[in-house]
Amino acid sequence: MKIAVLGATKGMGRALVRRLFERGDELFLLGRDRQDVGQSARDLESRVGKPAGSVGTAACDLEHPEGFAAALAAAEAALGGLQAVIVTAGLFATQEQLEADPELARRLLTVDFANTVLFCEEARRRLLARGGGTLCVFSSVAGERGRKPVVLYGAAKAGLTRYLEGLDHKFRAQGLRTICVKPGFVRTGMTAGLKAPPFAGEPDAVAAQVVRAIDGGTPVVYAPGIWRLVMFVIRLLPRFVMRKIGF
Amino acid sequence: MIAGSEIRSEDLARITVGRPLTRGLGRSYGDSSLPAPGDSQLASAVLADRILSFDPESGTMCAEAGLSLSDLYRLFLPRGWFVPVTPGTQFVTLGGMVAADVHGGNHHRAGCFGGHVTRLRMRVADGRIVECSRTVESDLFRATIGGMGLTGHILEVEFKMAAVSSPWLWGESQQVHSVDEFVDVLGRAAADWPFTKGWIDCVSRGKNLGRGVMYRARWATAAEAPAKPPAHKKGFGVPINLPSWTINRLTSRIYNGVYFRTHPTRRAAIIHPDAFFYPLDAIRHWNRLYGKNGFTQYQCVIPHGSGRAVLGRFMEIVTRQGSASPVCVIKDCGPEGEGLLSFPKTGISIAIDFPVRSWTQAVVDALNELVVGEGGRIYLAKDTFTRRDHFAKMETRLPAWQAIRRRWDPEGRLRSAQSVRLLEDAP
Repeated sequence: MKIAVLGATKGMGRALVRRLFERGDELFLLGRDRQDVGQSARDLESRVGKPAGSVGTAACDLEHPEGFAAALAAAEAALGGLQAVIVTAGLFATQEQLEADPELARRLLTVDFANTVLFCEEARRRLLARGGGTLCVFSSVAGERGRKPVVLYGAAKAGLTRYLEGLDHKFRAQGLRTICVKPGFVRTGMTAGLKAPPFAGEPDAVAAQVVRAIDGGTPVVYAPGIWRLVMFVIRLLPRFVMRKIGF
Repeated sequence: MIAGSEIRSEDLARITVGRPLTRGLGRSYGDSSLPAPGDSQLASAVLADRILSFDPESGTMCAEAGLSLSDLYRLFLPRGWFVPVTPGTQFVTLGGMVAADVHGGNHHRAGCFGGHVTRLRMRVADGRIVECSRTVESDLFRATIGGMGLTGHILEVEFKMAAVSSPWLWGESQQVHSVDEFVDVLGRAAADWPFTKGWIDCVSRGKNLGRGVMYRARWATAAEAPAKPPAHKKGFGVPINLPSWTINRLTSRIYNGVYFRTHPTRRAAIIHPDAFFYPLDAIRHWNRLYGKNGFTQYQCVIPHGSGRAVLGRFMEIVTRQGSASPVCVIKDCGPEGEGLLSFPKTGISIAIDFPVRSWTQAVVDALNELVVGEGGRIYLAKDTFTRRDHFAKMETRLPAWQAIRRRWDPEGRLRSAQSVRLLEDAP
């Protein structure tokens, strides 16, 4: 498969591109820091024994939507086609940080919702123009319910989740398979320093699940899988209970 | 019980700033990767695991310190490359392999892992990032190899991979009936075989004292090897802590008897590298077999000149004190490496597991008295119970290492639970 990935240098994205490249998919990496993204490309090539340059890279920053079209065009040109686009990039901050810093809150809401959606729109147009493909985007279980520790982050992810659901309903018949990945707590650099709850997952296990979902066209993936059950219960809780608990 | 947490990030250089220690996959048996009293948070290298470059002409590999041996093994062995030295588990990081200066079954040929390292990139105590090698900041380089992470945070490791003739091993096993015989067969095999090691039955006494199985192996030639590279099996796991009496004298004796008898006098075959290098990795969470009190390992090296009677006395102490562990490994070591605190030196190394019990401290003390008397030393990566004065007596290189360490860390910012216990670091 010819796949463009935004956010492949860290965490779950890193684990995911390793699995895809090791099994033979062709990749093009997009990322904010050109040097960092190049380092990840060299890592992939070294792991598999492919010559330097086998994995192409281009700069793409979710804070700069004006660059989205050019970045995806570069990916399409280098890959000689495009069958899937994966987005794992995003901003994260704790509720305390976001409440204390309105500018950070504005950036996070823009990046995680508006600009991610705009990037997906660009990817959608390009995939549909080629007769379809797979758009796999990392949202979060934080978007499942309004919760005290993730009021703002959760709101952005809730919007993203709804957008991806609508996209899947509207375009699946035309060949665009949309996959919304909802990670629970996963031990990556993003969650470093936060206290890990029960059922915390490892990036590589999540990556294995996402590869299966991409192959099977599964529209919604909870990762680790146990979070499907956890969020099912959380969604059932009445408001007066949610108001009392800290989760 | 030592409480603490680790902070993980792909950006190891960032999270090491101001932190007392970096840990890897936490497979050292003792307290070397645990925080000193008063320190709560250590840096974890495990997410900083990218390969930065690999040159298939020379075998030179440069990678971030959190890259695991299991990844290297899985990705590179099918392509004809392996680490020049492997410890007994693949769940270790490159940084940990340097910090403990690990050795393996080929120590008599290849020395320690540090001998194959060509360059390190480190965050030192004052916050600077420093590169060191045999020619640049060579004192820091030599103190860091085997330095248990106490000279600075290892960020990147450059080393030489070894080319192998096939991804399979060709090996032989042979029953051995006494400690004396072990020393003989290990010595003889060393001349012809790159990998040698032995398993000793540490439960049996009397005429069976010191019986065991000797293994020797080499990489199979392309003609001998099966067509397919070895598959990576997941193995089975121990789901929960078993009761602490699970491993006792009786169960160990039964296990050891069966193990000994199933290895007939001589057997030669193609061997899966997992089976030779990483037998314990086949059982995930095998530590749970010992129950919630856990276990400790004791590993020492006793110089060849000591005379074989010493090994007999060693085994006497181990069996007398009611030790009941089926895991005991014997290996002859080659010459001392260049790492200033590196463990091996010419002699016989013995590693043995004990469950943690009321008598454990007494056994370790008795063994250490013996080791000090014979001019041997212990392996810091395994140690939890050694006393400070015993360590000072067996480690004559300690003042030289401490002097370099103090030059790079005058305020004593880098420390571990082990360094406070053994090296008089301020807690």
